[in-house]
Amino acid sequence: MVDSNTVLQGQTLIYTLYVLAILALMGWFAYRVTTEGPSKVKPAFFYTFVGFLILLGVTIHMVTLHTIPWKPIDLDRANITADKIFDISVQNHKFQLPTEKMLIKTNDKVLFNVKSGDLTYGFGLFRNDNTMVFQMQVLPGHNNDILWQFDRPGVYSIRSTEYSGPAGVFMIEKDVVEVID
Amino acid sequence: MSYINTLMNGEQGLFRHTSLTPMQKITLRFVVVGLLYYGLVVIEGMIMRMYAVAPIDAVTTDQYFAILTAHPLVGIFGSTYSIVFGAFLFLVPFLMNKPLWSIKMANWTFWCIAIGTFIFWAAGFISHYAPLYTLYWPLPADFTQFSVVGGTFFILGIAIVMVGTVLFVVNIFKTIVYTPDGWEKQPAAALIGSAIGYSGLKNLFRKKEDRKEHLVSLPVAAIARGTVDVALNAAIILFTGVLILVYMVGSLLGFDLKETAVDALLYKNWFWWGLDLIADGLVLIFVAGTWYLLATLITGKKLFMENWARAALLLELVVSWTVWSHHLMSDQAQPGWLKVVSGEMVTAFELITQGLAFFITLATLWSARPLKMSNPLKFLLGGLLGFALAVPAGIMQADLGLNRILHNTQWIIGPHVHVAILVGLSMTLYAAIYFLLPILTNGAKLYSQKLTNLHFWCHLLGGIGMGAFMGMAGLHGMLRRSLYINGEFMPYMILAAISGALLFIAFVAFLYNIIMTVGINGLLGIFKAPKLKTTDLLPKE
Repeated sequence: MVDSNTVLQGQTLIYTLYVLAILALMGWFAYRVTTEGPSKVKPAFFYTFVGFLILLGVTIHMVTLHTIPWKPIDLDRANITADKIFDISVQNHKFQLPTEKMLIKTNDKVLFNVKSGDLTYGFGLFRNDNTMVFQMQVLPGHNNDILWQFDRPGVYSIRSTEYSGPAGVFMIEKDVVEVID
Repeated sequence: MSYINTLMNGEQGLFRHTSLTPMQKITLRFVVVGLLYYGLVVIEGMIMRMYAVAPIDAVTTDQYFAILTAHPLVGIFGSTYSIVFGAFLFLVPFLMNKPLWSIKMANWTFWCIAIGTFIFWAAGFISHYAPLYTLYWPLPADFTQFSVVGGTFFILGIAIVMVGTVLFVVNIFKTIVYTPDGWEKQPAAALIGSAIGYSGLKNLFRKKEDRKEHLVSLPVAAIARGTVDVALNAAIILFTGVLILVYMVGSLLGFDLKETAVDALLYKNWFWWGLDLIADGLVLIFVAGTWYLLATLITGKKLFMENWARAALLLELVVSWTVWSHHLMSDQAQPGWLKVVSGEMVTAFELITQGLAFFITLATLWSARPLKMSNPLKFLLGGLLGFALAVPAGIMQADLGLNRILHNTQWIIGPHVHVAILVGLSMTLYAAIYFLLPILTNGAKLYSQKLTNLHFWCHLLGGIGMGAFMGMAGLHGMLRRSLYINGEFMPYMILAAISGALLFIAFVAFLYNIIMTVGINGLLGIFKAPKLKTTDLLPKE
């Protein structure tokens, strides 16, 4: 399975190229609009642009559906049997983790089932270099579950990714999830 | 002319507040107060940027989050609403060539927004009430963390702003449809149809020779459509405020109301539906309308593909009502079909509607080559660039796959939100301010072009730079609405703080330039009662 870091590297590359292109376009336009030259814009150019936008808007989500593995898993998680389930609760700005260490085998599908007893929190898994593996919101009164497949060994920390008041700013559980071969 | 003389009386003494009509005065009051609140937002922003580099001893964690709560609300209501409402209360009658329906009501709007913003800001500053602008249930009613009294005043301040907002909505629509004294009876229904975009939509399906003239100009239509979202948003925020106030009053009276009586997910859907009427509705519609207005005023030409522009504005209105679910893509209890249809597909339409506005504006400008690179034009191009950068960033995060690793990171608030607001929206507003300045001041001359250029470049580079470095930190996992006290993202935060400092310099240059343009006496004179007693927008020659 593609790692979240790989996806983010791809996104960084695509967005950076786009930013450079649009900066160049606007710079070119700002210069040329102050100079003499043809000024008619053909309607065909406009309709082509509209078509391009529609195509882009549709294809971006189709491409991610087929290249980001957790997207179809997330949409279909109710029909997928997890290899392991971890039940976690949150209350008073504190995570209540399973009593046993959260050990996971690579390529196992793991369901994290998180419940809040009071406020809205977040549940995110982070690497030791602070980069994010994934996150979800944790709403009180609802099931908040995420199915994930780890493709490589590693040790991860849990952090609340949603603001729950100043008391919840440092809701971090260091190195509590371990993935092994 | 001596420096002191210019400081007191403005550049060449050209600005005379006694020559202003009541409408010019009320518009300038909105703009001045809006800019002062923008200054407050810039200072708050700099405090938070410095805090992100290294925590400041004088600012406690509670105070930090109170600032984080007030910052966007002062920016949206105190600053943007003031400037936009002031400009539109002038422009709608100006473009329709008739007086505003009620100057008194415009004054009430002004005072409600100015005072309401001060009340909620002060309540947060003093009591540290800090549920953030998102108000995720039941945090705003968590009185173990927040003061009930402080929260009550906070919500009261927001409610006063919303009352002023409702008065603005009434004034705009009444101005469009009413018949001034001595005029022929105005066709109210047809005017509303044209303003909402119904006539533009019908024209798309008519043969060229059968197409009907529009009763209201495109900028007025854009303002009317954005105002629909303003009205709906005010209703949502007022209702939510009342709900929170019920819990606060209950707590003050000694009743502990059950927080579970309100479903957190339903509330989140409800509140984001309302908030997106600002973020994805009125902002995009108002901005597109302002681009069209500026493009036609700068070039003196008809708008390129006007019927398409009108239809796109109507489409954007519908999109803004159905797009909210992209904020709930990480909420696992949210139905999957809503995430895909509303979150992904409808959101993608914003790429189309905003892309059309971008293209149409550029094509209109292009049609008048060669143009002089005036201040309104350069800021307009900056505004266009801002949205060209921010909208695709938003489309990316509104994808189920990418949202899983971007939600609540600095990516959201940097390349998307701050670039959209600081570069896209603010530079568009600055373009309008530079354009309207001589009209609203009866010919005041800008003090310094060099300061305007400094304002432009510092704002553009600061806004894009800050968004970019926050975004890079976000891609490396840095969360928004959180604190990092061990220097985890130090290089990015230092660069973002330097960019923030550029924004601060830009604002100081702009403010100084404006003060030197109108003078301190002129500035104070704006708030004195008008000498001219007229409903005309501009003084007679």
